[in-house]
Parts: sequence; structure tokens; C-alpha cells
Amino acid sequence: MISATTPPDSDPTGRRRVHSMLKLYYGLNEEGKVVEQAESLDPCDINGPHFDPEVYLNKLRKECSLGELMDHESCTVKQIRSLDSDMQTLVYENYNKFISATDTIRKMKNDFKKMEDEMDCLSANMAAITEFSAHISGTLQDQHAQITKLSGVHTLLRKLQFLFELPARLNKCLELQAYAQAVSAHRRARCVLQQYSHMPSFRGIQDDCHVIMEQLAHQLRQKFRDGGSSAKDLSECVELLLQLDEPAEELCDKFLSHAQSRLEADLQGLEAELKDSPVTDTDILEFIDRGCNEFVSNLCLVIASYQELFINQMANGKLHVFVDTLAARYFSLVERRIQEEKGVGDNSLLVRALDRFHRRLQAISKLLPGSAVPSQGTEIVVRAARERIKQYLSALQTFYHDSLTDVRQALAAPRGATSKDATPSLTELLTSLSNFILNQLKSVLASVHLFTAKDITFSNKPYFKGEFCSQGVREGLVVSFIKLICQSSRQYCESAGDRGGSTPPALLLLLSRLCLDYETSTISYILTLTDEQFLVQHHTPVTPVTALCAEAREAAQKLLNHYVKVQGLIISQMLRKSVETRDWVNTIEPRNVRAVMKRVVEDTTSIDVQVGLLYEEGVRKAHSSDSSKRTFSVYSSSRQQIRYAPSYTPSAPMDTSLLSNIHKLFSERIDIFSPVEFNKVSVLTGIIKISLKTFLECVRLRTFGRYGLQQIQVDCHYLQMYLWRFVSDENLVHFLLDEIVGSAAHRCLDPSPMEQSVIEVICERG
Amino acid sequence: MGFRSLRVFQARALTAQTAETDAIRFLVGTQSLKFDNQIHIIDFDDENNMINKSVLLHDAGEMWHISGSPADKAVLTTCYSKTSESRVLTCAAVWRMPPEWESGSHESPDDSSNNPQTLELLCHLDNTTHGSVACVLWEPLGDGKRVISLAENHVLLWDLQESSTKATISSTATLEGKGQLKFTAGKWSPHHNSTQLATANDTAIRGWDLRSMSQIYCIENAHGQLVRDLDFNPNKQYYLASCGDDCKVKFWDVRHINEPVKCLEEHSHWVWSVRYNHSHDQLLLTGSSDSRVILSNMVSISSEPFGHLVDDDDLSDNEESQQEDKGKEPLQDSIIATYEEHEDSVYAVEWSAADPWLFASLSYDGRLVINRVPRALKYHILL
Repeated sequence: MISATTPPDSDPTGRRRVHSMLKLYYGLNEEGKVVEQAESLDPCDINGPHFDPEVYLNKLRKECSLGELMDHESCTVKQIRSLDSDMQTLVYENYNKFISATDTIRKMKNDFKKMEDEMDCLSANMAAITEFSAHISGTLQDQHAQITKLSGVHTLLRKLQFLFELPARLNKCLELQAYAQAVSAHRRARCVLQQYSHMPSFRGIQDDCHVIMEQLAHQLRQKFRDGGSSAKDLSECVELLLQLDEPAEELCDKFLSHAQSRLEADLQGLEAELKDSPVTDTDILEFIDRGCNEFVSNLCLVIASYQELFINQMANGKLHVFVDTLAARYFSLVERRIQEEKGVGDNSLLVRALDRFHRRLQAISKLLPGSAVPSQGTEIVVRAARERIKQYLSALQTFYHDSLTDVRQALAAPRGATSKDATPSLTELLTSLSNFILNQLKSVLASVHLFTAKDITFSNKPYFKGEFCSQGVREGLVVSFIKLICQSSRQYCESAGDRGGSTPPALLLLLSRLCLDYETSTISYILTLTDEQFLVQHHTPVTPVTALCAEAREAAQKLLNHYVKVQGLIISQMLRKSVETRDWVNTIEPRNVRAVMKRVVEDTTSIDVQVGLLYEEGVRKAHSSDSSKRTFSVYSSSRQQIRYAPSYTPSAPMDTSLLSNIHKLFSERIDIFSPVEFNKVSVLTGIIKISLKTFLECVRLRTFGRYGLQQIQVDCHYLQMYLWRFVSDENLVHFLLDEIVGSAAHRCLDPSPMEQSVIEVICERG
Repeated sequence: MGFRSLRVFQARALTAQTAETDAIRFLVGTQSLKFDNQIHIIDFDDENNMINKSVLLHDAGEMWHISGSPADKAVLTTCYSKTSESRVLTCAAVWRMPPEWESGSHESPDDSSNNPQTLELLCHLDNTTHGSVACVLWEPLGDGKRVISLAENHVLLWDLQESSTKATISSTATLEGKGQLKFTAGKWSPHHNSTQLATANDTAIRGWDLRSMSQIYCIENAHGQLVRDLDFNPNKQYYLASCGDDCKVKFWDVRHINEPVKCLEEHSHWVWSVRYNHSHDQLLLTGSSDSRVILSNMVSISSEPFGHLVDDDDLSDNEESQQEDKGKEPLQDSIIATYEEHEDSVYAVEWSAADPWLFASLSYDGRLVINRVPRALKYHILL
């Protein structure tokens, strides 16, 4: 009835609408979900579930006119009809479906029945199979046990056969010297034999084996003892013996003693080489090579095999002692060899040898970590380096003395020929000497520098980084050498001082200049060079450059002073002899300047040239415009008369003292043997001072006749003419010559001086 | 320390009056070729710090050396040069000072109007056969009867008889060798009963035994140059000091002559004179032609190398116990003082015979300087 009251909306989509309506009815929406809330609760909704026909009708009746009611009624009737037809269709469709379902069910029922039968059959078959299987296994049980037993017997028999064959096999092994095989075979059998030793047959085998093994062990020991075998064989031997339960300690001792004997043979070889051949035959590199290849590598081998063999059983103590004693002997040999290395020509060989020596010892430190051997080796290298520095120092010393001797000869040789040849070469001699020394020092530094080269293993040891550079090379070599130069220079002054010029004065001059050059530049240059080359880090206090320079300067000063003294004395001696040997009372009237004065001037000139080659001119006080022309008579006669004459008359001694005092007031005290400055003028001044003072003192010891005095006047004027140009202060020459003439006048029995003009004529004549 | 200088003639002969032990007295002989030479007797009045001078005439010639008798303070010897027939010869003679010289004149130096008295000649040490005399030496501590003269290369030992009016040669020795050998200086040793003599010629020092008149030692090349003077240590019999043209003063132990015991090099020119103090042999006086006089304290080689057992001026503030320790420390040799009052070469220095702390030095220009040992040092040595 419901559908009847629902007016159909449209016809073409009737079926679809019907489905949806059904769905709606059954509470299914499009998505298949039950939708209830969507339905209105309006009782007037003809399609709603809460439709109340009474309310609906009342409503219609109230609201609609008759026409409308009629229309509505016809619409509703139409809808009811369509709904009826729809329902009819649906019912029909459903009926068909029921029928086909029923057919299917019936067919299934038949199939299941058939399957049940087949299953029954299968279970019956399985039961039969189980029965059969049980039956079969029951029958085979006996045979299986038998087979197992038989196979057990078989293995046992094989073992037994091995045992029985063991003695024979061992024998054969023994014959073939296949000791390792024998030992392993015996080891395999040993336990069994031990276990069954109560049985006579096994006992027999065991005894046999024992005997054989004894023999084997004996042979092994024999072999071991022979020592002829190589280290490898030896270690194999030991391994086998160890397996044979030889006492490890004893073996260890034996092993070591054998190793020792072999290593000692190596050492003896080395020693023989050391003894037999004088150094020249084999160089040190070969020696060290041999040592490394034979002794050190064998030692390493011994250490390695010892550790392999015994390390579990034994402490390392024994090995350490062993290694240490042998290494000590080796080291002593090496040291002896190094000590024989005295030639300083090629340092690279020694350094390479030391490097190899040191490098090979590192292997020991790897093998035997706690060993003192490598550090001892380093010590040896350090000692060798120290020794080397000393040798270089003495070589430098010898070189220095040799080159001085050369210079001496060079100075002496040309003097015999011509005196002119000697002087020009002085500068060359100085430069060549200086260069020689510097080059030698440089080459020594280069040689020593090899010790610190990067590729040398020991160069990174702390000694070679620090002490070697600063204390060794800088202090021990360079500074010592410079000091030595200064010292030997000073010795020239002292030794020659007493016995008189055993050293040629030119050498003194040259050395003085050398020392001065050292002070000004060379020392700092050398030290800077050293510091740069060796990257010296001054951990320890080192000699400062200034101290060395001061020493060099002192030496230079001393040498120059001594030079002045020696040259002064040579001239003094001439003057003195000339004054002492002449009879001044009975001499004839002067016609010439005495030859000795010319000689003095000549010598002074040549000294001037000589000094001028090496030293700068120096400062002199301003000359008066006519220095050489200074009238000698002014003081030699007239002023001397004033000065000395009153002393002849006892009535006026006060005048003497007054005049003399005034004179002294204006002249400073002259130190005769006083230090000179480093320039030509000062040197010449010193020499002239010494000479003239001697002249003065000698004159005062003599008595002169009239012509004696005049001769002195002539001589002094001559000296005055030529000497003023050499000195820093010409007044000094004037003063001393003044004194000489004055003293001569005083010592004169008949003081009547010569006319100045005559003196000048004589002097200019030559 | 006072010093007095007085100007005389050029002079190089100086001696203390050896036999005089009360007054501080020096004798200076002048050197002048033209005028009459004089002997100046210099008296130093220590209390008043005054110098008195007396002059005696020595008309024989200029004096090169003078020496006072150790026994008779009025007797002295001089070496003087005499020119005869254009020949200069140095002779020696023994003189006696006139007894009244002291009353004679205490005149000022320039007061020469009243004639000075003349020395009385006792005898000549006749040397015509032996050549010029370098010096005359009295027998030290002797009775004034024996002198030695060194003439050229001869050593002549004289006996003075009849109150020194007669001199006879008792023995001689001659130095033989190449060239012209000539003694430059000599010293009679006060040790060994005065039987030894040391002489210098050229660079060598020789020792002589006066009993046999033979050489007992010879230090060849004692100095690099000429040896100018020598002196015996008064307290140590084998020690002597020498000086020379190499500007050095050397100390010798004559038993070990290869090396000097010590060497000083303080002067800057020839050293002409060296004198040990007569009682304190660490004090040494040297005079040089660099016009300086140097007083040295050679403690280390003296007879008292550790000083007196009670010593040191700063002892007063120290504890008694420290004294002995101090005494054992060898004292340092040192230069005590350098005297630069002279302006010409100093040829002679001499200690006073009467006062061991006083000495005189004489330079060529005639200046005589009397100095004292510094007071501090004196007390240091004495106390």
C-alpha cells in the first residue's frame, strides 16, 4: 500500500528508481549503509517510515480543494498501480533465483558423498604401509649392530698397525733424518703407549720407540752440539728437542752457548780483521758492513728464534744478559775500529758507517724492546762524533801551524833575493792565509755537518740536535779554533820576547792584521755561519761573539805591540852599536851623515811600506808648513845653550830648573814602550820613539869631543829631515832629537856646535 | 809621604851612607865635564821634614859610581872619568871626607861663594892595566878592608891596608869569551860569608866564588837586552833581582837558573836600578829611564810570604781566632806606588841605611827625590 500512495516521479528511470526504493526500504542507502536519520519524522511524508495515513488524509482534506483532492487521488492511484507492477516483477525475479540455488545445493550433496568414500580407502592403505615398515626394520636390526662393531674394530686395527709399525717407521725416519716427521709420529703414539704400557706387547713397542727416540734425541743433540749447522737448523733442532720433553732450561743454555760460540766466531773474524790489516786495507764502512751482516744479523736471528722457542718457558733475563755481553764485545771492537779512523779527509765514510751501525741496531730494539744495546750503540756514535770533533780541531790546528810555516817560508825566501819582492806579497799572503783558514774551517764544518744530515738515523737523537751543535761544533770546534789562533798568536809574542826575534817581524804584523780582521768581521761571520748551518739552539751558555772578538783584539794588540818592540829593537841595536863602538872624543870633523843613520831611515821607510800594506794610514797632527826645513840650530845650539849653559855655572841652577820645568810643562811624558793603535802612523811613531830613546840613553853614556858633538848634530838633523813624516806628532821627534843633541852637548868636552847652514849642506849632500 | 827635591848637577851616582845608622844621609856624585864635580851630602831631617845639603869637592872628574864604606862612614869610593891625551878612562879611588865637613857649610845650593872643602884621597885603585872601572863594591857587613872593582872584563879584589891608604890586589878573575866583554854591574853577596859575587855583562848574569875566583853559575840571556843592575835579597841567600833594557825586572833563584822565579814588566823603558829593602825584602825599588820609580811589594817570593804571624791592619775589628787563618793566606804581589816626580831618566835608586822606610831616587837632571813607604803598608808589614 505504501508504494501505492507514493506518486511515481518519472517513468524512464523506473527500474532504477525501484531498486533505490527497495534499498531505502531495507534501510540501505546508495553506499550500502543503513541510514535512518535521513528519513523525516514527518507523518505526512508518504515515503517516510512514520507515515500516518489518518494525519495525511486529514491534512489533505483540510488543505486541498476538491479538485486538488481529485487530482491527488488519481495520482495516488497511478502510483499504486505502478508499484504493484513493480512488485510483481521483483517477486518473479526472486523466485527464479531460489530455484537455481536449490539445484546447486542438491548437486553438492552428491559430490561430498563420493569424496567420503575415497578418504576411507586412503586411511586403509596407510595402515598397511606402517605395518610393513615396522616389519622391515625389525628384520634389519641385527645386521646394523654388527656393521658398527666391525668398523670400530677396523679403526682400532689400523691404530694398532700404526703402533706396531712405529719403531720401523721411526727408524726409517731416523735414517732419512726426517726428524720432524719422527717426532710428530712419536708424539701421536706416545699417549697410547703410555696408557697401555702394562700390556707386554705394547710395552715392547714403547720400549722400542723409546730406544729409537733416545737415539733420535741423541742424534739431535749431536747435531745441535756440532754447531756447524745454521741458525735455522739449530732452532729447528731445539724445537724438536723441546717437543721431546728435553728440559727447556738446559736447552736454552745450550742454545745460547751455541749461538754464542757462533757469534763469537763472527766477532773473532772482525777482531782478526782489526788486527791483521792496518786501517788502510778495509775502510770502516766495509768493516761495519761486515759486522752488521755477520754479527748483528746473526744476533737478530738468535734473538728471534730464542723468543720463538723459549719465550713461553723462560724469562727474557737470560737473553738480555746474553745479548748485552756479546754486544759489549762487538761495541768494543767497533770502538777500536772507530778510534783507528784518524784520517780526517773524508768524513762521509765514517758517518755512513756509523749510520749503518746505528740503523742495524734498531732491529735489536724492535726484537728486544727493553734492551740497552741500541742506546749503547747511540752512545758509541755520540762518542765517535765527539772524538771526531776533537780530531778536526787538532787537524785545524796542524793546518794552521802548517800554513803559518808556509807563510814564514814565503816571507823568508824572497828576502834572500831582493827585499823589494818580499813586501808586495804581504797583502797577498794575508788574504791567502785568511782564505786558506776560512776554507779549511768551512770544509771541516761541512764534514761535521754530515752528522746532522736528515737521512742519518741518529741525527734526530737529542745529542745531535742540541749538545752536538752547540757544545760540540760551536764551542768545541769553532770557538776553540779561534781561541787557539789568538793563543798561538800571543805565544809568538812571549816566546820571541826573551830570546830575540826568532819570529820574523813581518809575520807578527801579518798575524796582528789577521787577528784584527777576525775581530772586525771574520769571527762573527764564522759563528753566524755555524749557527745557521747547525741551527744551534743555545740551551747551555756559549761563548758570546763579543768575548771572542775581545780576545782577538787583545791578541792583535799584543802582536802589534810586539812588532813595534821588535822593529824598534832592531833599529835601536844599530844605533846603540854605532854610538858605543865609536871613539867620540877623537873623531874627525863630520863630512857626511853616518851610514848608520841612512840605514835607519831606509829601514824605517821599508817598515813604513810594510805596515802600510796592512794597516791604514791613521791620523797625524797637522804639520807645520815647513816641517822638514825646521831650523835645527834654533834649539841645537842657541836654545840648548840657554837650557844647558846655566847648569855649567853653578851660580844659576834655579834658571835651569825653571827653564827645564817650563819645557816639560809643554811636553807630555813620553811612554816609550806603550801600546800602539791599529794604524800605520801609530806603529811608526812607536818604533821611532824606541829608537830615538835608545839613541839618547847611549849618547848620555859617552863622552864627546867637539867633532863628536858636531857629528851628532849632523846625524840628528838628518834624522829630523826624514823621520818627521812617519810620526803622528812631529814634535815628538823634535823633542827627542833635542834631547839627544842637548845631552851630547852636555857630554861634550869642547861644546862648540856646528853652524846650522853647514849641517844643512852636509845633510842635503846625502 | 813627603818628598824633597833639590837640584844639583847632572848626576847618576847615588849611595846611602852605609855606615851611618842614625842620620838619614845620601851621597850624590855629580857628572860634569867642565866644572869641578862635587859630592853632595843630603841629610834628611825626618822630624822636621827638612833637607840639608853639604858639598864636598871632588876634583878628580865626573862621577859614574859612588859607594860608601860599610865600616867607616867617612870613607867612600868613587868611579870617575878622567880625560888624558884625548882618552877617557874611568878610574876608581878611595876617599875620606874631611872630618869638619859637617861644620863646614849648611849652605843653600846656590850659595857657592864660600869654597867647599875637598875630599881627602886615600888611595887609587890603580887600574891602568885593566881598563875602565864600572863600579866598586864594598864587602857587605865587612870591616871596610876589602873592595872589589869591576874593570872591563876583570874582577879585581883589593885589600885596603894602613887605614885604607894603600890598596893591593889580592886576587883577580877575568871573563874570557868572544868579543869585547865588559861588566856593566855587579853585586857582592852578603850571604855565604861574603864569598860570592854576581856580575852582569851584556845579557848574562854570572856568579863568582871569591875564594877560588872562579865562575859558579851563569844565567845566559837573563834579559832580552842588556842587564843594567842586580841586587841580592838580603834575607834569602839564593835569590837575586835583576833589571835591564827589556823593561823587565826578574827574580832568580840561582839554584834554578833556567827560568826566572818571577818577572815584572811595569816600566815602559829600560830599568836602570833595582834595590831590595835592607830589612823587609818584599819591598823592591826600581828606577827607569821612563822617569818613573816603582815600589813593589813582592810578598810571594819574600822571606815572609805569609806576612808576619800577627798581621793585617784590619785585625783590630776581627776576632782573635781569625788571625792565624789570615796569616796563612799568601799575600798578593802588587805595585805599591809609582812615583812620577822625575822628569828625566832615573838612573839610581837607593834605600836609606838608617831608616828602612825611606828611599831616594836620582834622575839625570839632578833631581833627588826622597820618599817614604806608604804608612798603611808600613804598619801592615810591621804589625
